[in-house]
Amino acid sequence: MGRRVLVTGAARSTGRRLVAALAEEPEVELVVAVDEQEPAEPFPDKVEHLAVDLRSPALVRTVQSAGIDTCAHLGVTAEPRAAGGRVSMKEHNVLGTMQLLAAAYHAPDLRRLVLKSTTAVYGATAADPAVWTEGLPHETPRHGFGKDAIEVEDYARSFERRRPDVAVTVLRLANQVGPNVDNPLTRYFELPVCPTVLGFDPRLQFLHEEDTAEVLLRTILGPAPDGTFNVAGDGVVLLSQAIRIAGKPPLPIPEPLVNRVAELVGRTVDFSPEQVRFLQYGRVADTSAARGQLGFIPKWSSLQAFEDFAATRLRKLVTEEQVARLERDALGLLRRAAEWVAREVPR
Amino acid sequence: MTPPRKRCQAHTRKGDRCRNPAGPDGLCALHRRQREEAATAASAKPGTRRGTPEPHRVVPGPQTPGAPEPHRVVPGTPDPHRVIPGPPNREGSPAAEPEASVVHTPPDEPDLGPLEPVLQWAEEALEFLGRRVLGEYEVDEFGHDPDLVEHVLAPLLRPLYRHWWRVETRGLEHVPSSGSALVVGNHAGTLPFDALMVALALLDEHPAHRSLRMLAADLAFDLPVVAPLARKSGNTLACAEDATRLLEAGELVGVWPEGYKGLGKPYRERYHLQRFGRGGFVEIALRTGAPIVPVAVVGSEEIYPMLANLRRLARLLGFPYFPVTPTFPALGPLGAIPLPSKWLIEFCPPIETASLGPEAAMDPMALFDLTDQVRDTIQQTVHRNLLARRSIFG
Repeated sequence: MGRRVLVTGAARSTGRRLVAALAEEPEVELVVAVDEQEPAEPFPDKVEHLAVDLRSPALVRTVQSAGIDTCAHLGVTAEPRAAGGRVSMKEHNVLGTMQLLAAAYHAPDLRRLVLKSTTAVYGATAADPAVWTEGLPHETPRHGFGKDAIEVEDYARSFERRRPDVAVTVLRLANQVGPNVDNPLTRYFELPVCPTVLGFDPRLQFLHEEDTAEVLLRTILGPAPDGTFNVAGDGVVLLSQAIRIAGKPPLPIPEPLVNRVAELVGRTVDFSPEQVRFLQYGRVADTSAARGQLGFIPKWSSLQAFEDFAATRLRKLVTEEQVARLERDALGLLRRAAEWVAREVPR
Repeated sequence: MTPPRKRCQAHTRKGDRCRNPAGPDGLCALHRRQREEAATAASAKPGTRRGTPEPHRVVPGPQTPGAPEPHRVVPGTPDPHRVIPGPPNREGSPAAEPEASVVHTPPDEPDLGPLEPVLQWAEEALEFLGRRVLGEYEVDEFGHDPDLVEHVLAPLLRPLYRHWWRVETRGLEHVPSSGSALVVGNHAGTLPFDALMVALALLDEHPAHRSLRMLAADLAFDLPVVAPLARKSGNTLACAEDATRLLEAGELVGVWPEGYKGLGKPYRERYHLQRFGRGGFVEIALRTGAPIVPVAVVGSEEIYPMLANLRRLARLLGFPYFPVTPTFPALGPLGAIPLPSKWLIEFCPPIETASLGPEAAMDPMALFDLTDQVRDTIQQTVHRNLLARRSIFG
């Protein structure tokens, strides 16, 4: 019998990509794509779209009766505005997960649970270690997406205790970028100017959308190691560097005004306060466990992933050719001036 | 999907990998032009002009992105006219092969004499600016930015090191040329200039030009402007995780266990080492088997002689202390100018920890003993060098 996979959050960019990739795998018999929203383009053949909320009884019925063996929970969102406000986002994230796992508890064929989590669980402060490993105790983020993600992870772990026959893999993904990703951070870089916190230059990590799909596919179809894994492209990119690669002018905001500006910007970008702190202090996660135990080596480094995003999605204000030409012209001018001085001024 | 963008495969005059983006032929616009000029020059008249330093070596670099950069080499004799003194010779460079170098200067070009180095400096500065504008540089996971250190931060500190404090170094041979080591020093002077000078001494004067990765207090990462500079210059948070990670990666790690107690102590207690925290640095050295190199700095106590500490104001501002020196705050911003004391930095023989084994890290007594040994070594070296000093400003 082929694999029967249920994917939540299936209509959003990551979910869409994963569903399409799963549908192409011959060993996959059925994909149940759960999302209230209609996908931008229709799902492929093997996919059954279940246009319901995570809390709906229809979902419970499907999980229990459709012989689902793997549940990939991608339905945790970081966008309060899109979810209809912070309260409704929390409802969706935390209560939705509770409901899903409650239904999964009674699913007889379930063997695997893959949770897409986030490195946001580590928070972002000045007193953080430079690089987070999965086991490090961290200050629990008390607000927003990070807090939701921690609660969701806790539910997944308690599920693991109640259903020891199900392998639970938690993937803490770094910020995703790529030609088709749409999230608060990509919208931030698409602003005409990039507001930054004056006097801060955080270290960021990026994960290319191809690598996101690859790591999810691997944990769903490959050997299933229990545990929690950080997933990010190699290396780090500084925010200032990212803004320059994006070819945007930065707009440094003094710290006391940051929250007010974030509110204004928040209307288009859908930023939550902890994402503002992320742009002040940054965050880097160690990915050696994912390499060793999951065998996952990202194809794109953080820098390459961001460069690909910038090349496909952003119009640069300053291009490499312009800079190279300016460099060449300035140097030529200097050389001519120097030659003139050497000729005309007697030693 | 487009593959990741390639960097130029040529090397700059100093033997660095060029970091400009490459065109289809694997070279950036600048080096392509130079190679073309070199080709015409070579066909016209082979050989170089006498007395002119070779401005550019064009050498194919390593193909894989992320491969370690080759060490740098300064061609020919060091030039006295260089405006920004870059780090001197680095050894073992593939760029040192003479047959690999190509000279681009056309032979009919007039001799620019003393202007040649100025032009070279301008070229280097333009390349640097171009890289910064385009974001074409790499930092490690701690945020260390060697490109910025080499071109901006070190040149800013060098005048202080050479001319203001006339820093003299001893015992550099005690710092290993490769592999991890924990450099432990005394801390004084209100602002951590002593740490910066030790780092610059190792970068400029150590034969292997090592980058010192310093452990700093979390305040450094919470202050605007200071925070990014701290990370870019190679600092990271003083916590066991970061220190272990750096030592396991074979880095040279600097730690100042006195912390604020040392930095913010009154002038009358000068050169009297404070308590060494809880000795966490010894534990990490034992765990990772890294040797401990004690370093004694003389001269840092006199740069801002702290006569009083306005504790209440400090608490109000969230600082660990608020110093009153003979010039600060009385002279306002002028009070920020440090006094030009004469400095001596001495690296002491390394204390080997590998033979004790990681089990010793579990033994609190062994930790105390080793901590005391390090502290005593530094204190005695400081006293010895103080006695040898003729005067504070001598």
